Amino acid sequence: MFRKKKRPGAEISSSGLADISFLLLLFFLVTTTIDVDTGIDLVLPPWVDNAEQVAVKSDNIANLLVNEVGDVLLDEKIIGVPQIKSEMIARIKSNPKLIISYKTVRDTPYKIYIDVMDQLKLAYTDLRQEYSREKFGVPMDQANEDQIMEIRRAIPQRISLAEPTQAEG
Amino acid sequence: MKFNKKIATSQQDIPTSSLPDIIFMLLIFFMVSTVLREVDIQVQYTLPDAISVEKIDNKRLLSYIWIGNDERIQIDDSIIPVNAITNIAYQKRMNNPNIIMSLRIDKGSRMGIVSDVQQELRRADALRINYSALVKL
Repeated sequence: MFRKKKRPGAEISSSGLADISFLLLLFFLVTTTIDVDTGIDLVLPPWVDNAEQVAVKSDNIANLLVNEVGDVLLDEKIIGVPQIKSEMIARIKSNPKLIISYKTVRDTPYKIYIDVMDQLKLAYTDLRQEYSREKFGVPMDQANEDQIMEIRRAIPQRISLAEPTQAEG
Repeated sequence: MKFNKKIATSQQDIPTSSLPDIIFMLLIFFMVSTVLREVDIQVQYTLPDAISVEKIDNKRLLSYIWIGNDERIQIDDSIIPVNAITNIAYQKRMNNPNIIMSLRIDKGSRMGIVSDVQQELRRADALRINYSALVKL
């Protein structure tokens, strides 16, 4: 009576599956941005309402001043931007408590500011690399988490950003 | 002499049944790694370049502030005045305490505006910042 008829060729063809996945794949390929963001990290000091003055011995401060045309003054003496790194390394080595007070005027070009900041960061990176090699015998990118923490403690980045002043005249 | 074309008796077609699986694998990789761009950038800027740049691993912690060459400031999708930054940054920090503010500033900008922005961020207690810069070769 009710006999199930056997029909030939009743399966769904799956050859279109690959095409559909290709389409999706292309969409995500196109929308993906692989380029990573790069930049210079910095942690700002917390906001205080009435800036409390902390007296720091003047021996422990390196005054870095950049004017509106991009001349850099390090402790009243003019210095070229590429020399900042080696000068800072020497100074920090002779005085590990050194704080770099980095001051600009309101008209200083941002590019110069980044160039100088780059030099300071390079100086600290070099010092940390050296410390890592001496203490642990490996470059910093091969040190483990604890070692990196210790390196950071041993050579902290002491960059103080002073508020820029209006250029005179 | 007569050349006879040899015909191998074994099966010659490559099986394509696993092709969708491979494509799916690639698809899933790209789906996971994609961060969809959600804002239109309305200011023009060229980033400065530096040697000691670091890669930012965690893109999801980032929040951007653009400062264009005409000193307009953009956060998310809108151009805002300097004194509005504190509130916005504070809101963002409430939602995500470990937020990193990425400052994408035109290299021709003056430090005055950069500093103003930084002061606003300090008020909002969003202290982790990152000066976006390209790698100098």
